[in-house]
Amino acid sequence: MYLVQFLLLSAVLFCIGVYGVLVRRNAVLVLMSIELILNAVNINLVAFGAFNRDVGAAIPGEVFALFIIAVAAAEVGVGLAMVLTIYRNRKSIDLHQVDLLKG
Amino acid sequence: MISLVSFVGLFAEAFNRPPIDWHALAPEITLLVVGALVTLLDVVLLEKGRAITPAIAGLGLLAVLVPIVTLAVDGVASNPRMAFGGSEVYVVDGYSLVLKALFIIIAYLVVLMSTNYIAEGDYWESEYYGMLLSSVLGMLVMASARDLITVFVALELLSIPAYLLATWRKRDLKSNEAGLKYYLNGVFASALMLYGMSLLFGVSGSTILVEINAAIGEAAASTAIISLGIVLVIVGFAFKVSAVPFHLWAPDTYEGSPTPITAFLAVGAKAAGFVALMNLIFVGFWSRSDVYSPALWILAALTMTIGNLTALRQNNLIRLMAYSGVAQAGFMLAALTVAGESAEIAQTSASAVVTYLIIYAAMNLGAFAIILAVTRRTASAEVAAFDGLFQWAPALAVLMTVFLVSLAGIPPLGGWYAKFSVFTALLEANVWWAYVLAGLAAINTVIAFGYYGRLASRMWFEKAPDSLDTTSLRVPFALQAAIAITAVATIAFGVYPAAVTHFSDIDVPAAAAALVP
Repeated sequence: MYLVQFLLLSAVLFCIGVYGVLVRRNAVLVLMSIELILNAVNINLVAFGAFNRDVGAAIPGEVFALFIIAVAAAEVGVGLAMVLTIYRNRKSIDLHQVDLLKG
Repeated sequence: MISLVSFVGLFAEAFNRPPIDWHALAPEITLLVVGALVTLLDVVLLEKGRAITPAIAGLGLLAVLVPIVTLAVDGVASNPRMAFGGSEVYVVDGYSLVLKALFIIIAYLVVLMSTNYIAEGDYWESEYYGMLLSSVLGMLVMASARDLITVFVALELLSIPAYLLATWRKRDLKSNEAGLKYYLNGVFASALMLYGMSLLFGVSGSTILVEINAAIGEAAASTAIISLGIVLVIVGFAFKVSAVPFHLWAPDTYEGSPTPITAFLAVGAKAAGFVALMNLIFVGFWSRSDVYSPALWILAALTMTIGNLTALRQNNLIRLMAYSGVAQAGFMLAALTVAGESAEIAQTSASAVVTYLIIYAAMNLGAFAIILAVTRRTASAEVAAFDGLFQWAPALAVLMTVFLVSLAGIPPLGGWYAKFSVFTALLEANVWWAYVLAGLAAINTVIAFGYYGRLASRMWFEKAPDSLDTTSLRVPFALQAAIAITAVATIAFGVYPAAVTHFSDIDVPAAAAALVP
């Protein structure tokens, strides 16, 4: 099993995702960056799951990945609803302009 | 057709349902039924149902206490029950039962605080209570979760409704911003936590916390991956409990959310974050105190100090309470740092955190209830709005002073015993870094007198603003009840700490005790 290649891919995706969350100003792009991190997690889980099965251990990795896919869908649903509300009220989804609360 | 039958038959054979302990799951099932009922009543009764929704939600929450009590009578504390086929995935023991009761009572008080606020605010009422109840359901599940997948699902079940509740006033820009900040921080934190969990799953080959603990012990190879995994999971929950430097969302979210929801987030969601941290540390990571102790030490020291120093220069009461909550979270984190020293210390540390959570819930919810009562008149949560409160609402001023004194940790009110149990845990560990942390905690207790004292003295000695209507204030009954319950609890816990320790003196959850070398 080529475990390392999968882990490297997932680490690269994770880093791109974290960079996107920290740097992007557009709320939708931040959401997409978070999805990248979650996909990195799923690749990790499935790769480890397959690897551990070769060794003969239990295999809940794929199940965990399915749970993450399902919950992430619910999460993004809520997130997009929020972004939509903000767009309706402000006509912009630039996160730097969302700064009424400070102190 | 035959192929379909054999296809279904294949599943029937492949899947053997594990025996389910329905009694152990009864609190969660009851709450689920109540939540569904509240949501469905809205569909059936429409506008007519608005008046009775808070009553149903409140009574329903109290009904959940019944199975919790029957489980306690059944002797769960000494004889933990596994809900699913005897595996250590979902455990109902004394520890989780006490926390479930705490979450239910917190939610009940939040319902009391919401009743008039939501009814008068022209918000969506039954959806509000439905969301609140599903968030509480997530907290109940979290108290029993001993498996990475269950922890993750419980965390999302309690967070997703909370994101929506923070944005509840959807035409208000501040509420939008509060919700969006909470959402983005929360989702980013869960993503980091999941990456950590995936690494831990990879190293240990299991999602069950007890098995992870056995697999990642000191002897395990690949220390770097284990450390990264544990640190990422702790960072994920540091966002949830608003530990510095991951606290920046908290003051903004608290200020913009509806005030009852602020109280719910500051007490309920924070407690749930701590419960998750405790499950993970005492059951999942316990053998790796070389990784989590330093991480928690840094978080605790920063959280206490920066939380208190920032609170000193806040002029908005909600933001002040937010930073005060950050500082209080630092004390609880401090108690967790010594968890891995020995089985006895783990015991003291777990009891200290549970004690702190119970007392913190009483005094903090009380303070928020009074802020709610006062802002009904002043319509502003600036500290200046509390000037001369004693002149026009003497009872509220006295009770607010009780809560503030308790938060500051002055005997004989509840807060002192919470801080005392944290200091006991730190000093009993008898290691130099725990003494250093105890010293920092002592300095911080003194700093905290500064802002609690300033607020109290302004209520008593300043003059009320001339523009304010200073006729006596009528507080709605539900809010009165919330204030009364929290005040009695705050005073009783301080005068007679055994009232708390009777519940908080729990056996540490699994793993830790069994694995002492």
